[in-house]
Amino acid sequence: MTNLKGALSALIVAGSMASGAMADPVDDTLIINEELTIVTRTAAPAHVADVLDEVMSGWLFRGTETRAMQADDFDNPGMIFVEQAEDVWNTADGSEGKSCADCHGASSDMSDVRPTFPKWNDAAEKVFTLEMQINDCRENRMGAEKWKYTGGDIVNMTALLASVSRGKPVNVAIDGPAQSTWEDGKELYYTRTGQLELSCANCHEDSYGKMIRADHLSQGQINGFPTYRLKNTKLNSAHARFKGCVRDTRAETYSPGSPEFVALELYVASRGNGLSVEGPSVRN
Amino acid sequence: MAKGVKPRVKVPKKAAAGDTITIKTLISHKMESGQRKDDDGNLIPRSIINRFTCDFNGENVVDVVLEPAISTNPYLEFEAKVPEAGEFKFTWYDDDGSVYEESKKIAIE
Repeated sequence: MTNLKGALSALIVAGSMASGAMADPVDDTLIINEELTIVTRTAAPAHVADVLDEVMSGWLFRGTETRAMQADDFDNPGMIFVEQAEDVWNTADGSEGKSCADCHGASSDMSDVRPTFPKWNDAAEKVFTLEMQINDCRENRMGAEKWKYTGGDIVNMTALLASVSRGKPVNVAIDGPAQSTWEDGKELYYTRTGQLELSCANCHEDSYGKMIRADHLSQGQINGFPTYRLKNTKLNSAHARFKGCVRDTRAETYSPGSPEFVALELYVASRGNGLSVEGPSVRN
Repeated sequence: MAKGVKPRVKVPKKAAAGDTITIKTLISHKMESGQRKDDDGNLIPRSIINRFTCDFNGENVVDVVLEPAISTNPYLEFEAKVPEAGEFKFTWYDDDGSVYEESKKIAIE
């Protein structure tokens, strides 16, 4: 009889967990290398204030050990790739015999770049992601071959540019010439896709904080990209993550680098305006 | 010869005499186990870091044998007692005969 009671109460506990598992984001502060304080929660920017009170970095939704890895550059596996990109930054490539550093100087002087991308490019008359800007430089200024959009070379380079901007607030422009792209992105964010008929908002706006199977749903902010994921032990770009999310709704996905994902990246980045850049972040 | 090998160590800049400090080391290395095959079915030859040592002012602190099951970019963390100011010397030994060295000074506060 006692055994039966035990089994019953175990069932009840299991039942209540399945029905409404909530786990609040942690109350913690991210300080990198004991000196750089990262803004991981702040008031929502005006254009999302009607749906969110506060915007929160995905860091607050991860476990204690994962959070600690990001707080020290030595423990952050993403920094190995940043170091590799630093070597590439200073190495000449292409027919012009130029390196990134020949035009731009030290990578540490580029701290205003990551926070403002994606942004409007006048010459191309469209919104450029950081990846598109890097490839534009490679093709048109260096005479080098462009990199695969989500390949290791380009993700490492975006990690380098993010790492030097850490602590600066994300600040992408949503007005002016970029406005129509931003609106396209917003449309996509709220459009249900796939057999599961899920939009970005269903998980990341309506349900953040809940468990989706064993994973803790965040707000889907991209201030921490590129992210080093423990599950695949490499850096992952925002578009690769978008592709994974859309695939998980059981839909045919857009391609990384497609106009749809560029628009979506601009919109999602704008939802995190005010959060610090923290890439390369560590996530599970 | 293994490519892209780069040792990194983290040692506090200073400590009180007799203090125990934590030392973190990482060497970027692919640590090819020798068990895997390439697309054509040929065995990929083993290429790993097989030994790691740390010395303080000539005295050995740790001497580690690494085996093929250890994954890419081996990370080793250990503690050491610092009786006096001096220099930690770290050495990694590669299967291909390469030796990678790094050293860090520590002061007494």
